[in-house]
Amino acid sequence: MATFTAPRLWSSTVGKKAVMAVTGVVLLLYVVAHMAANLKIFVGPESLDGYGRWLRGLGAGAFGYGGLIWIARVVLVAAVVLHMTAAVQLARRAHAARPVAYQVRPRVHGSYAARTMRWGGVLIALFVVYHVLDITTGTVNPHGVPGEDYANVVASFQRWYVVLFYLFAVVALGLHLRHGAASALRSLGSARAVQPVAVGLAVLVTAGFAVVPLSVYFGLVK
Amino acid sequence: MKVRLRIWRQAGEYDPGRLVAYEVEDASPDMSFLELLDVLNERLIAAGERPVAFDHDCREGICGMCGMMINGSAHGPRRETTTCQLYLRDLPTRRPITVEPWRAKGFPVIRDLVVDRSALDKVIQAGGYISAPTGSAPEANAVPVPKADASRAFDAAACIGCGACVAACPNGSATLFTAAKVAHLGTLPQGQPERAARAAAMVEAQDDLGFGGCTQMGECVAACPKGIGMDVIAHLNHDVLYG
Ligand code: FES
Repeated sequence: MATFTAPRLWSSTVGKKAVMAVTGVVLLLYVVAHMAANLKIFVGPESLDGYGRWLRGLGAGAFGYGGLIWIARVVLVAAVVLHMTAAVQLARRAHAARPVAYQVRPRVHGSYAARTMRWGGVLIALFVVYHVLDITTGTVNPHGVPGEDYANVVASFQRWYVVLFYLFAVVALGLHLRHGAASALRSLGSARAVQPVAVGLAVLVTAGFAVVPLSVYFGLVK
Repeated sequence: MKVRLRIWRQAGEYDPGRLVAYEVEDASPDMSFLELLDVLNERLIAAGERPVAFDHDCREGICGMCGMMINGSAHGPRRETTTCQLYLRDLPTRRPITVEPWRAKGFPVIRDLVVDRSALDKVIQAGGYISAPTGSAPEANAVPVPKADASRAFDAAACIGCGACVAACPNGSATLFTAAKVAHLGTLPQGQPERAARAAAMVEAQDDLGFGGCTQMGECVAACPKGIGMDVIAHLNHDVLYG
């Protein structure tokens, strides 16, 4: 028996969390694929750049060259918009639900990851904007030649502050996943013990992303 | 031993409140926290002052009437303990102890440490019951209940509705309370016919009463004097989403 229509579900706090869970899973799948593809940089320039060409050519017969990428981008942006809208609405609700603050409220019991979801999410969003301008469009990239992904990445990570920002962002992403992955399953009604999986996923993604800028900066990838 | 307190005093819902410092000189470590307030109140009454208002009834940790923020923790620092079952020996008394009422939009302060928790009753009224004619008590084994289900229902039914989960929740959400009731009734055979409608109605009531949404911070389960776990929240979400 379906008791909730879609608009009614969206107006409920449980529904908003379900939307955040589903969009979060979409973004998580993308992030894992992105992280795995990044590791091609260790094979060599041809491997990474060739992968980019292959990706753009994917489904070219039906959608044109690069068409599928644009479809993926639309899906991802839609997921981000829904995810953030629900998050902002829940945050505003939370603020309204406690009009008078406690005078004394020391360290709360929940995990650090849980407490930093909101600001961590904002940091990740800001990083993504910079990252797209850096690697996707090349606007703020010192090399900035479209299609030369390997050279663009190597050029970008010569600067210590870019490496630092990147590391900061992927640690924030790891924390976000650590709480988010476990929370998403619960939001979707699963009571399974998912904590170890969430921790493993967070460590894997963070390490997989962090190894690239570190390797470039310390000269392992030139 | 000497205990110093900073207690939230507020004459009525629309009056301004503030923390007021008190001292109890001859407290015993084996006094419960409420007994400490009793001693303080006797002094205040003798001195012609208004005693500190606080809720309590059974003082056995089973009725759910008591509850206050003690040094920023709902029911004080001891796990799975109500305020009435908290003893001074469990509290660090070298520094003043700050005592505040539950804070939530759905829990207006009536006076001092007493808040109006009838919002939780409204959540129950929205669906936290089984509307089957029960008649007299049936034979206990007429409806077989698997042991695992019975245990889970019992664990959820341990909720005494004290409101500590709301008080502790950074989102001001009553989800642990609502979820405990939904999991309690929804796990048993008698609760099945209304299972989906119950979960939906209770969540809607909770949202409409101005409580926040659950983001699974886990503060509620740390504060719950009855040790209700996050699994009931998964149960609630399941029933709302899939019926
Ligand atoms: S007074 Fe009954 S639970 Fe504390």
